[in-house]
Amino acid sequence: MNQKPTKNQQATARQNWLLVGAVVVLAVIPLVFVRGEYGGADGQAEKAISEIEPSYEPWFNHFFEPASGEIESLLFASQAAMGAGVIGYVIGLYKGRSQSQQQSDNKTLE
Amino acid sequence: MPADVFVYLVSSARFSVKARNRKLVSLGLMAGLSCYIVLASATPAAAMHISEGFLPVQWAAFWWIVALPFFLVGLRSIARITKEHPELKLLLALAGAFTFVLSALKIPSVTGSCSHPTGTGLGAILFGPSVMAVLGALVLLFQSVLLAHGGLTTLGANMFSMAIVGPFAAYFVYHLLLRTGSQRAAIFCAAALADLLTYVMTSIQLALAFPAASGGFMASFIKFASIFAITQVPLAISEGLLTVLVWNWLHSYGKPELETLKLLRQES
Repeated sequence: MNQKPTKNQQATARQNWLLVGAVVVLAVIPLVFVRGEYGGADGQAEKAISEIEPSYEPWFNHFFEPASGEIESLLFASQAAMGAGVIGYVIGLYKGRSQSQQQSDNKTLE
Repeated sequence: MPADVFVYLVSSARFSVKARNRKLVSLGLMAGLSCYIVLASATPAAAMHISEGFLPVQWAAFWWIVALPFFLVGLRSIARITKEHPELKLLLALAGAFTFVLSALKIPSVTGSCSHPTGTGLGAILFGPSVMAVLGALVLLFQSVLLAHGGLTTLGANMFSMAIVGPFAAYFVYHLLLRTGSQRAAIFCAAALADLLTYVMTSIQLALAFPAASGGFMASFIKFASIFAITQVPLAISEGLLTVLVWNWLHSYGKPELETLKLLRQES
């Protein structure tokens, strides 16, 4: 047992970088190569419904709708932020725990 | 004497460089994830989920009735897990948070429109599919009440596609592939397919409710699937990759929890 990252850990760290990189590339490629409006897919579905059945009227409306696109993106951003916060907290806690575990293992070995 | 000092300085410098490198890697990862979140959430306005009022009453009711039993079974299984292994609550929160983040990320796709991943695969692999019926339903409820995204009347249908079909697909694909190949490959495929099948299910639901005048169900299905499912292919790949990323973290730092969960699986 030593403090330095093992080869295995280094390989995992490299893999994690590649994973993040690949996700970013996948999101950027369409923006660069495909011209589109980049609207939502569910908006398109609503349009498709009105093409198939022109007489259809939504029979129920939202109780609450974000006042503007800005408010909506704020709410979406907070949703992502809350989730990311929890993920960071849990992974950070686990990491700290496994490191202090490792340190106490080292001490008992010495 | 000066030589000793020099050696000491060099060795301590080398040590701190290594420590710094590790710090940089983890900082970089956090920065990468946050950048990704910020960039991806900058694209405005809705994607996916059947919008409020866009399913006829009888279909909306039908999907509510179909989804409810799964939700109740999920509640019971969450109660059992937290009672038997209270230390797993944190991991449960992580699984919920992962869905929460991923379903807030509206990502541009090759079709020139945006949609978002579902993030249900991870929790289904960790805790089993019925748990995700509850966690997914919470995410959908949050989005339909606060974000006007999806809807209360269509919540049953959206629950069935995202919180039930997706997780069950992930669970079965994972266990099928685990026997044949590597665990990471199994996780990737499970998460990606869960994502994709969620949208295939959404297309089926819409096609059932709105069969085309000529061509009927199939014509409608192809129309909706070409909107939802094709947009979803690159996103499904992204979701698979991100699920493996979180799995890697858990594998490095959360070994005790993963061991407990393996026991859980053997018991049940």
